[in-house]
Amino acid sequence: MLLDLYGEDIRARAFITADEGGERMLRPDFTVPIVRLHMQGAAEPARYAYAGPVWRRQEPGSGRPTEYLQAGIELFDGTDPAEADAEIFALIAEAVDHPGLEIATGDMGLILAAIDALPTTEIRKRALRRHVWRPHAFRRLLERFGSRQPELAAARADLIAAWRAGAAPDLMAEAGAPVGLRSAEDIDRRLARLAEEAETPPLTPGQVRDLETVAGLHGSASEALAALRGLEATMPALAPATDRLAARLAALARAGFPADTLPFEASFGRTTLEYYDGFVFGFRASGRPDLPPLASGGRYDTLTRILGDRPVPAVGGIVRPEALLALKGET
Amino acid sequence: MTLKLGVPSKGRLQADAIEWFGARGVTLERTGLAREYAGRVRGVPGVELVLLSAAEIPSELARGRIHLGITGQDLIREQFPRWQDCVAELAPLGFGRADLVVAVPAIWIDVVDMGDLDAVAADFREVHGFRLRVATKYHHLVRDFFRRHGIADYQLVDSQGATEGTVKNLTAEAIADITSTGSTLRDNHLKVLEDGLILRSQATLFASRSADWTGRRRDRLADLGRRLGLGELPEI
Repeated sequence: MLLDLYGEDIRARAFITADEGGERMLRPDFTVPIVRLHMQGAAEPARYAYAGPVWRRQEPGSGRPTEYLQAGIELFDGTDPAEADAEIFALIAEAVDHPGLEIATGDMGLILAAIDALPTTEIRKRALRRHVWRPHAFRRLLERFGSRQPELAAARADLIAAWRAGAAPDLMAEAGAPVGLRSAEDIDRRLARLAEEAETPPLTPGQVRDLETVAGLHGSASEALAALRGLEATMPALAPATDRLAARLAALARAGFPADTLPFEASFGRTTLEYYDGFVFGFRASGRPDLPPLASGGRYDTLTRILGDRPVPAVGGIVRPEALLALKGET
Repeated sequence: MTLKLGVPSKGRLQADAIEWFGARGVTLERTGLAREYAGRVRGVPGVELVLLSAAEIPSELARGRIHLGITGQDLIREQFPRWQDCVAELAPLGFGRADLVVAVPAIWIDVVDMGDLDAVAADFREVHGFRLRVATKYHHLVRDFFRRHGIADYQLVDSQGATEGTVKNLTAEAIADITSTGSTLRDNHLKVLEDGLILRSQATLFASRSADWTGRRRDRLADLGRRLGLGELPEI
């Protein structure tokens, strides 16, 4: 169950073994086990602190450690998410405080909201949401639903016509013997979706551009906020996510991080752990490409719903003490 | 000081290797008793034949225990993600051809390419409650290929042999395996995805980068290269 939460990308970097009870994994992070622990019955608000080793495979020759320390905090509290985000960010920032740190912040909620705002089918939106953490695949999907849609629909025209005529079972029988767990009903259901997709108008270049504009936002957090307010005219559905960003920036400013000097990059965090779905942040040492990020974190409301029976807004962050010591020992 | 050349200790790959060298005037022959794994190279001085299990040649090359070795590109790329740091390709040998491909049940008439597989993988997880299983022994190559195609809703299951049968046995939904003619796939009711070619592999003469190349061994390699007509050799 726990193992299945991690995608194959993380599994590839985890040490997995097996015994009579099934597959077991050396923990690649603390967040997932702590969420599970919390969802087994603890009440909110709750704050957890932890420190200990995690294990990740590294490419041979990369010189990166396979076992390293993480010290972190997780906060489960839905009363004021903006305040909770600012509390975690400020705590982590204090822990890694050092001259020459590069701060990055982002917000996965904006891209997710921009996807929700698209006037298109739920099937397409779900596919886009699923790939929001993989920019390359995301772009390819936009092409499949946009510029390449007519071509793909034409390529499947015969198959869809046969399905409409009720000939899908004959086609399957002709193609091969039924093998495997994926059933004829599974295949039929997908054919229905392909038929729906072929009939749905392609995403317009304007819609694709709007989505890419949101994903490409960068600059100071106040500039990003102003740009988002400007986009609300064409994408009114962005407004709630933008309001959440504004509330967070206000809370961060009260905590000592004013928006006009806080870097913001809408795509930050898109290639890291899959479970962040709102605020994300990271701290790097400038001029030290040899060091991993010193700290990172984010909001992961969806993960609590997957692991428990109720959604609990949650945010957390970690620091890497060894990387921090390597940096501080040098100056 | 001699150069050690690792060659498979038996089988088709050994026979093809002996023929390839023979056609270039270099004789690989076994010495001693028929069951003794020892041999020699005639035609080039200072090259020693080492007969090894085919599966061990990649790691013997990477450890530098042999200078040269004949093995498949698929094994080298699978076992050593940064393979160019471990070995250099001296010559593709034109035999032992095998394509590593992604195959799914032929009855999946809704799936022709990796984009379809991605959509199906997501559906499968929702319907069946676990990730679509892909059986293979090429974990690294397959993972890398799936990542490049942006597919994440899947899991690899290890299969060291008879991989084509895993779908019928309900231990996997799809496979990634080597095929030379595709007939085993067809016999097992599977089809290759249009863009599912992961790697085109063939038997190749490799040189180890970590072996001891002192004591005029580079000169011996140059001699061998000239004898075999390999043209300019890469820096080792």
